[in-house]
Amino acid sequence: MSADRSTPNTPPAAGGAASSGGPAPAGDTELIRFDAVTKRFGAHTVLDALDMKVYSGKHVTLIGPSGSGKTTILRLLMTLLKPDEGTITLGGRYLTHEEKGGKLVPASDRYSREVRKNIGMVFQQFNLFPNMKVLRNLTEAPVHVLGLDKDAAEERARELLELVGLTAHLDKYPSQLSGGQQQRVAIARALAMRPQVLLLDEVTSALDPELVAGVLDLLRDIARSTDITMLCVTHEMTFARDISDCVMMFDAGRVIEFGPPEQLFTDPVHDRTREFLSAVR
Amino acid sequence: MRFDWSAVGAFLPTFAKGLLVTLQALVLGSLIAFALGLVWALAQRSPLKAVRWPVTAFTEFVRNTPLLVQLFFLFYVMPEWGLTLSALATGVIGLGLHYSTYTAEVYRSGIDGVPAGQWEAAIALSLPRRRTWTAVILPQAIRRVVPALGNYVIAMLKDSPLLFAIGVLEMLGEARQFSSQTFQTVEPYTVVGVAFIALAYPASLLLRALERRLVR
Amino acid sequence: MSDLTWGLWELLISGVWVTVQLTVYSAALAAAVAFGIGLARTHRRWVVRFLSGAYFEIFRGTSALILMFWMFFVLPMGFGWQLVPMWAAVLTLGLTYGAYGSEVVRGAIAAVPAAQREAGVALSFSPGQQLRKIVLPQAWPGMVPPFNNLLIELLKGTALVSILGVGDLAFGASLVRNATAHSAPVYTIILVLYFVLAFVLTRGMRAVERHAKAGVGQAPGRRSPLRLRSGPSGPAVTGTAAPAEGDAR
Repeated sequence: MSADRSTPNTPPAAGGAASSGGPAPAGDTELIRFDAVTKRFGAHTVLDALDMKVYSGKHVTLIGPSGSGKTTILRLLMTLLKPDEGTITLGGRYLTHEEKGGKLVPASDRYSREVRKNIGMVFQQFNLFPNMKVLRNLTEAPVHVLGLDKDAAEERARELLELVGLTAHLDKYPSQLSGGQQQRVAIARALAMRPQVLLLDEVTSALDPELVAGVLDLLRDIARSTDITMLCVTHEMTFARDISDCVMMFDAGRVIEFGPPEQLFTDPVHDRTREFLSAVR
Repeated sequence: MRFDWSAVGAFLPTFAKGLLVTLQALVLGSLIAFALGLVWALAQRSPLKAVRWPVTAFTEFVRNTPLLVQLFFLFYVMPEWGLTLSALATGVIGLGLHYSTYTAEVYRSGIDGVPAGQWEAAIALSLPRRRTWTAVILPQAIRRVVPALGNYVIAMLKDSPLLFAIGVLEMLGEARQFSSQTFQTVEPYTVVGVAFIALAYPASLLLRALERRLVR
Repeated sequence: MSDLTWGLWELLISGVWVTVQLTVYSAALAAAVAFGIGLARTHRRWVVRFLSGAYFEIFRGTSALILMFWMFFVLPMGFGWQLVPMWAAVLTLGLTYGAYGSEVVRGAIAAVPAAQREAGVALSFSPGQQLRKIVLPQAWPGMVPPFNNLLIELLKGTALVSILGVGDLAFGASLVRNATAHSAPVYTIILVLYFVLAFVLTRGMRAVERHAKAGVGQAPGRRSPLRLRSGPSGPAVTGTAAPAEGDAR
């Protein structure tokens, strides 16, 4: 089951055959694909010719020691970083490249913005816009990116605020909310764009311990009730086990092991996985 | 030391005229400095070297050479280029241009001070570049630089007497004219000197209060 | 530029010399005032702090040109002694920029961790020894970059003396302009000369900064070669804007 690069015919395919038990019909189409993606920071190679696939509607959790490249994957998908080598596709379209005259060239700003509209992200530090009230944090992008009219955007925003349980706070500034409330607003803000893919980057790491549960419950709820594809970097192993169709174990820029959570958490193949799991528990 | 209060009384009407001109120059000069400074700051972040480099060189040059000489330059050279403006208009442009190179630095530090996460959130929401600047980055950057901009308004106030050198009858110009007509020297210059402190000190107290409120 | 004769060039060069002299004398006076007032503003006794604070507020609120006029025209009328324009200028610039400089000194001293003073107390240093041996050597590197900014402001400020008829660089410009048909060349030359002076000052201050930082074991900061200054500090107007640009931290 090891997904070493020396066996290129079996790239980790999250939510593929390994999780065929589920009824998800969306799970047959490949949504995200990394082809030999390398990312370096100076002399340090964070991702080393990574191949990976994620099927539509699946929930994938990335685990591994810090610096192993998990967050880099999310940031590459959000085009916050550019790969040094290799290509990334979303629904068959290149994300950071575009085809011009049969050749692959780095994507223009406009092209990659068009593709990444389908991806939403929730950050560790929330990154709400402090100069906008809660409601406008949610309507800003739908109005100015999707072209929704203001009323429709507000209606959608109110629905989402109800979902995250913050209807009472829509007229407040982010700084007037607790960390947990801010993070729930940030989740609603990402959902307001109706993304196909939701990236969750250690979304509970900056929260006080007593606020973590509320945010995780909300995410469990979203995972259950929608068909959004989720990529999640977290240190909350119980949460990972609850929501994931597939868990990928990273080490030193490679996927060293992947599989359904019940298998990977209880009976890991790789020594590094075993060490890591016993260390975080 | 004799201080003739009747001379103060006689000077007051012309002083009031001068004060009005000083405030005009200050307000218009500030508007130019605020607007042009933002243009410089954005140009200095341009991805194009051909924009960034000349703008940086120009603003560095203007910032590090005397306003007085720049005023003379504008006053004598612009007409040679076929552009004749009133002394006040020339002075306002000179003041605004000179201080725009300071406000550019203020904006620059304000923009650099917006957390990287704000840019990332804007990217994650696919906000267009222009919208990211106008709705996310600039409102936050400008909020944190308001006190610093205010400081430069006070600095401009204190440099506004330089306009007298190109013939603008602001406070100092009126004082000079009054003393050459009446041979009263002590009173007009003292009134003008006190007027500057009376304007600048409360303004700086106000700014400090504002700074405490805006900068968390 | 062709109608600039050798005689006119000579005029400009003697103007440069006067500007350099003005800058050096005023800077020396300003440095003395800056340290005197700056230290007084950190004094134990409130009277000393109050008086030095009042000095700072008054000179910071005053326009340098107005003060110069006052020194030149009012002082002789009121007190009966006439200042040579050159010295009226040096006094004005020195007292004014000294006030700005006192804020730099005060800020840099305040930025030295209190624990350092406490260590001095623990070693039974006298207050004077604490200042000379512990506080000032640590505060000094943080003062140099803002001092550089103020020095350039001072250099620019010296141009004001031409209004009083002192034959400095800016004054030379008006003489030359009267002698030639065109203003553009002479004013361009003058501006460039001022810029060159500012550049030379910056180079000098950077050497001082390197030396100062090496004295406390820090590496010198890197700057863009295009930029003459660090950060957006001009004449500091409010006291709360820390002038020490983080270098003092």
